[in-house]
Amino acid sequence: MQFLENLLNNLDNFLIVVFAIGALMGGIMMLILRDPMDVAISLVSAMMFLAGIYGLIEVHFIAAFQVLIYVGAVMVFMIFIIMLLSNCDKSMMNKYSPMLPYTLTISMMFFICFFILFTKIDITHINRLTSFSVSDFSKVFMREYWFQFILVAVLLLESVVATITILKPQFPNILDNLDTAEVKNG
Amino acid sequence: MDKANGLLILAMTLFTIGLTGVIIRKNMLIILMSAELMLNGVNLSLVIFAQMQEVVAGAVLVFMAFVVAAAEIAVAIPIVLLLFQKKNSLDINEYSDLKG
Repeated sequence: MQFLENLLNNLDNFLIVVFAIGALMGGIMMLILRDPMDVAISLVSAMMFLAGIYGLIEVHFIAAFQVLIYVGAVMVFMIFIIMLLSNCDKSMMNKYSPMLPYTLTISMMFFICFFILFTKIDITHINRLTSFSVSDFSKVFMREYWFQFILVAVLLLESVVATITILKPQFPNILDNLDTAEVKNG
Repeated sequence: MDKANGLLILAMTLFTIGLTGVIIRKNMLIILMSAELMLNGVNLSLVIFAQMQEVVAGAVLVFMAFVVAAAEIAVAIPIVLLLFQKKNSLDINEYSDLKG
């Protein structure tokens, strides 16, 4: 009973630990699994766990963006491409490059350096992580960072134009075929 | 260990796992996905640092990083498709003749 009371009192911390373990497991499975579709599902699960962590540390709008943009747009696009190519390419099943031992050594050194650095950050003067509401975010966003956002939006538009420019010479009838498919389906 | 320290270590671990994936995997799509994992780790650390300093600008930067990640994928996927059309393979070793 005491255990349950403690658990309920610290439920958010307990859930953060659970979600962190889930995100780590998703990342590790990305390294271990061979099939790109399994890797994509692992990445989606890691992103969902991270969205849960964002929600628990009270940055709800970042959690919503994580689910909407990363999982809802980027990963759906990626899974679509994997489904398009997976039957054609036998190299999908190749696993690791010969650089595995060197890479693991360097990654471990990197990990240890950052672990020491992050555990030494002095946070004794911080009582708790500050939560940001949507209104705080919107005020700062619209007053101070609107120009940067427009620049980033233009970058996104340019990337869409670049995509069409890259694909159009290789598939000249791609837009016509889409129109024909719509007519047939209609 | 405090919650902020723990989350920073999680962010750093995700970044390291993504970096390892970028170097050791051979499939282009998996390399792209590993880069996304690195970006997720960086985003988490940005949010934690913004909360520690009580600065909303960090969260704004994370939002812009989301948009840039979407743009990156929008450009990368057609390139992957075109490379696949050339050699019918996504193995990066097949494209070693691209190195200048």
